[in-house]
Amino acid sequence: MSEKVVLGHDDLRRTLRRIAHEMAEANPEPERLAIVGIHTRGAVIARRLHALVGELTEAETPIGDLDISFYRDDVGAQSPATQPVVHSSHIDFDLTGRTVVLVDDVLFTGRTVRAAVDALFDYGRPQRVQLAVLCDRGHRELPIRPDYVGKNLPTARGERVNVRLEETDEVDEVTISEPREAEAIL
Amino acid sequence: MKHLLAIKDLDRDGIEAILDRAESFAEVGRRDIKKVPTLRGRTVVSLFYESSTRTSASFELAAKRLSADLISLKAAGSSVDKGESLKDTCATLSAYDPAAIVIRHPYAGAAQLVADWSEAAVVNAGDGKHEHPSQALLDLFTLRRRLDSLEGKRIWIVGDVLHSRVARSNLVAFQAMGAEVTVCGPPALIPRGIEQLGCEVSYSLERLGEADVVYALRLQRERMAESFVPSIREYAARFQIDSRRLGPRQLLMHPGPVNRGVELSGEVIDSPQSLMTEQVASGLVVRMAILYELLAAGPQRPLSAASEPEQSPTPIGQPA
Repeated sequence: MSEKVVLGHDDLRRTLRRIAHEMAEANPEPERLAIVGIHTRGAVIARRLHALVGELTEAETPIGDLDISFYRDDVGAQSPATQPVVHSSHIDFDLTGRTVVLVDDVLFTGRTVRAAVDALFDYGRPQRVQLAVLCDRGHRELPIRPDYVGKNLPTARGERVNVRLEETDEVDEVTISEPREAEAIL
Repeated sequence: MKHLLAIKDLDRDGIEAILDRAESFAEVGRRDIKKVPTLRGRTVVSLFYESSTRTSASFELAAKRLSADLISLKAAGSSVDKGESLKDTCATLSAYDPAAIVIRHPYAGAAQLVADWSEAAVVNAGDGKHEHPSQALLDLFTLRRRLDSLEGKRIWIVGDVLHSRVARSNLVAFQAMGAEVTVCGPPALIPRGIEQLGCEVSYSLERLGEADVVYALRLQRERMAESFVPSIREYAARFQIDSRRLGPRQLLMHPGPVNRGVELSGEVIDSPQSLMTEQVASGLVVRMAILYELLAAGPQRPLSAASEPEQSPTPIGQPA
């Protein structure tokens, strides 16, 4: 299985710094901003963006994370590719009236984001929800569009985009790998 | 896992998976909107042939918090009153295409029969003197929050073991998590041969002090056709857990409902060592986790550790 690196260690950090600048620029009232990452790697990226945005705005931005397993649209259908690790959501601030930036690692069909928006509204009523993703790999199945994109990655449907982060995988990189045989049927 | 009929259907990893899941449902319970859409459009039948407060209430609320549609039947007031057999009731309910049937029945093995007759996932909510697996899981959840691990902990199950399905499920569950279990009660209320399940047997409370956790059982007078104890007063004198017998560092549990002044004295029920209200709170989130594991985690996925998630046509929440 061949794997091609599309974002190396430095690229990835530069990309996050740029997204943080864009977020600060698009939100002139940083005290109303909140950042919420989608488990697992979205939550890691959210923590990094949170630190970077904090340096830029010098405001206290609340941060949370979201587990969307209870909001999936493929519940009980065949075997969903459930993460073996069980997470809990942690949003211990009031969302009402805030601009919430949802953060995920890869934007693909848009179904995860749909589920995350649903989950978010069970916590409160944000004024605005924006979406930041490290990679947009296309193949959307829902009318969802990111507000901040790290890198657009043209991919074939069967390919895999692997986001690895130091906190979870000991290395910072994004790679594309060929489909495994089993997945090629897709 | 298709059904939850007995604790022995689960290995240690399977148990841990349900307890972890319950932890994330505990978070849902702290939100403004305590409901998730997971089981939207699916039907859960709750079928109780025996009286129940906690188990039926928590299973029903669990189903509702997961957005399932709920049919709740009690034997009294249903066609069962008119003499309908369990099999016919099952066939009738199956016409509504339920995703899960939660059943409590006075006869051991009833849940297994329903599992054989119906396409639905069956949860045993207590069958006679046999098993009550959801109780065992909620007790493990309650203890895990207090003690982290049960490895090497000593648990005494005290009282009417003979008539108790809770004792049978909990004995297996506690041991599966590494605890050492002693059952204790008057000889007439200890089933013969129970030590073959790997526990110790004691006919007096003398060594109760060695226990980390004291699990008291209700004296089930409704299941006693004949006299098993000379008198309630004598039973209480020899086997009641009171503040004199319960040490300050021991935790106290009871599946409820309590006969105040029989198996437990009033002051230990209300003492800070008593986990009884925590047990009730755990019941809701653990039963949400059970329904979730049976209905939403995918029918193909075994609850043992080595399960490799398959690829569904459009997986979500997965590194794409």
